[in-house]
Formats: sequence, structure tokens, C-alpha cells
Amino acid sequence: MKRKTIFLASAVALVAAFAIGTLAYQSQEANAAQAVARDTLLSRAYAPTAGPAEAKVHIVEFLDPACDTCRSFYPFVKRMMVANPGKIRVSIRYAPFHNNSDYVVKVLEATRKQGKYWESLEALLIAQPSWAPNHSPQPDLVWVQLAGLGLDLDRVRQDMNTPEITQVVQQDIADAKALKVSQTPEFFVNGKPMPSFGYEQLTALVNNAVATAYP
Amino acid sequence: MISKPNKQRATTHRARAQDLGWKLVFACWLVTAVSTLSALFLSEVMNLPPCVLCWYQRIFIFPLVLLLPVGLFPFDSKVVRYALPLSAIGWSIALFHVLLTYGLIPESIRPCTLGVPCALNQIEWFGFVSIPLLSLLGFSVINALLIATHFKVPK
Repeated sequence: MKRKTIFLASAVALVAAFAIGTLAYQSQEANAAQAVARDTLLSRAYAPTAGPAEAKVHIVEFLDPACDTCRSFYPFVKRMMVANPGKIRVSIRYAPFHNNSDYVVKVLEATRKQGKYWESLEALLIAQPSWAPNHSPQPDLVWVQLAGLGLDLDRVRQDMNTPEITQVVQQDIADAKALKVSQTPEFFVNGKPMPSFGYEQLTALVNNAVATAYP
Repeated sequence: MISKPNKQRATTHRARAQDLGWKLVFACWLVTAVSTLSALFLSEVMNLPPCVLCWYQRIFIFPLVLLLPVGLFPFDSKVVRYALPLSAIGWSIALFHVLLTYGLIPESIRPCTLGVPCALNQIEWFGFVSIPLLSLLGFSVINALLIATHFKVPK
């Protein structure tokens, strides 16, 4: 009868609401868990980082030392850090997509042990055309570029083959793959990738993050 | 002596009262069903463990979800007699629990020592809506509806 219909409809509606609520809650939880997992992939503690640790805007850059676009983005990112003093920190991750790029990455990581990482990275990026002509890195030509930095190059040659550094490179490549990084440079600003590739897009992303973090 | 039209009027009056009673008990059942499903959602979906006092309140609300419909089909206003003892005790426990969360009941007579502390607010919406407060609200509505049914529907 009518009363029974009302009763049954209410019961069904309540159970349906419960089921929908359960599904919604679980998918929300799953998304949160995924975001946490993504965050771990993005910010590895071992990654070389410039800028103050308390800076709220974190740029993670996947970089290939032999990629010329990375070379042109480098001073651009540096200028953004200067324009927002104390608010931005940058971590470098590697996506050595060129042949032999992993060799150069290992060299860079080895210079880190002597506290000359950023100097070496800058020197190699500036001199990129001479050691990586036509997008083909020549491992032998890299060493000349590091000569003037006061590095113990023999130690660099030893350190670059330690399992520790190999592991860093492998982890970065695995993370880049998991994060679907397919070109370099790829930037993540507080976890967000650029909507499309370009200087303006990166500037907008960073400015947004700065405005959100420092209202 | 009751004349025929008067008798008819009395019958319609009775039917209307019965109809109102059905609606009140049905509304009461809706509240118990929503409360029960919410309690299950908190513990089973959101994985918030119920404290001891929460369990006692559950004991007094879960049966109402099944008991009230028995009084709805066919409508029997006596259902109030069976439901009210449960909802009244449940309301008392909810009140005790709310007072406990506000710190109005001294530490020494708190019955919960094992598991989740009852005075711990696991949820706070808008800064003051806690699970015990929602429970007290639910039991209050249930009691009010049952009492209203008792007085509105002639025996």
C-alpha cells in the first residue's frame, strides 16, 4: 500500500545513501593516499636542493645535463628564486634521456661529495655545447670543464662509480617514469606540473604557488 | 446516546489521529535509521573506533530500527511503550557522554578506562558538533516524537 511504499522507498534511499557515501569516502581516501605516494616520488630527501629549507614553494626539476632546454631554463629559475627571496627552494632530479647523460649525472653527483655541486652543474650547463655537441654527450670532454673548480678529479672518478650514486640515478629514473616525465626539463611546483610547456606557464605556476603560500 | 453524525465524526477524528501517529512513528524510525547508518559509517567506513559509552548508546538505538517498523505495519500506537524505555535510557547515556566531553563530570566517575577515551572528540564540525552531541540530538528527537505519539493518539 501507500504507507508500505513510502517505508520501503525510504529504507532503500537510506541504504543507497550509505553505499554512495562509502564509495565516495573510499575514493577520497584513495586519492589522498595517491597524493602522499606522489609526494614521496617527487621529493626524495637525497636530491640536491638549493634555497632555504623553510621555503614554502618547492620546485622539483627533472633535468638532463645534456638537454639544451634545461640549459636555457636554468638561469630563468635562478632569477625567479632571486625575485622571491627565501620563498623558493629548488630540488634537482635527473631524467638522463640522452645517451651517456647518466655518466654526466654520476660525475655531478660525485662533485657533490666535495661540496661543489652547484658550481659543477653551472659550469657544465654553460659549456654544454662543447661537451655535448649535437645532443650527443661526450664523456671524455666533460672533465675539461670541471678543471677550474678546485675539484679533486681523481676522487670524482672514484666516487662516481659507488653503488650509492648508481642507486640515486636509478631511483631518479624510476621516479621520473612513475611520474610520467617524458621530456626535460619537467617542473613540479608544490606537486603541480606545468599545464603546458613554456616560460610563461612556469612563471604563472610559481607566482600562483608563491601567492598561495605567502598571502 | 451518540447520534449517527456524531459517531461518524468520532470515527474520522480517530482515523486522523491514527494517521498522525503513523507519521510520527515513521519520522521517529527515519531518525533511528539515519543515526544507525551514521554510527556504522563512522566505525566501519571511516574506521573511527567507538568508545565504551558509544557502544552503550548503540545498544539502545540499533534495536529501534527493527522494532519501530513492527509498530508501523499495521500501525500500533502501543509501540511507544516498547520503544520509549530504550530511547529514554539511550538519551540518558548520551547526556552523560556529552557532559563528560565538556568536562562537566569529574574524572573519577568516568567509566571508560579501556580503549578509546570517551572524552576524546574524534570529530568536531563547526567547532562544537561532536559525535556525542549528535547522538544526544538524535535521542532527543526520538523521545520527543514517541512522547508526542503517546499523547496525540487515543488508545
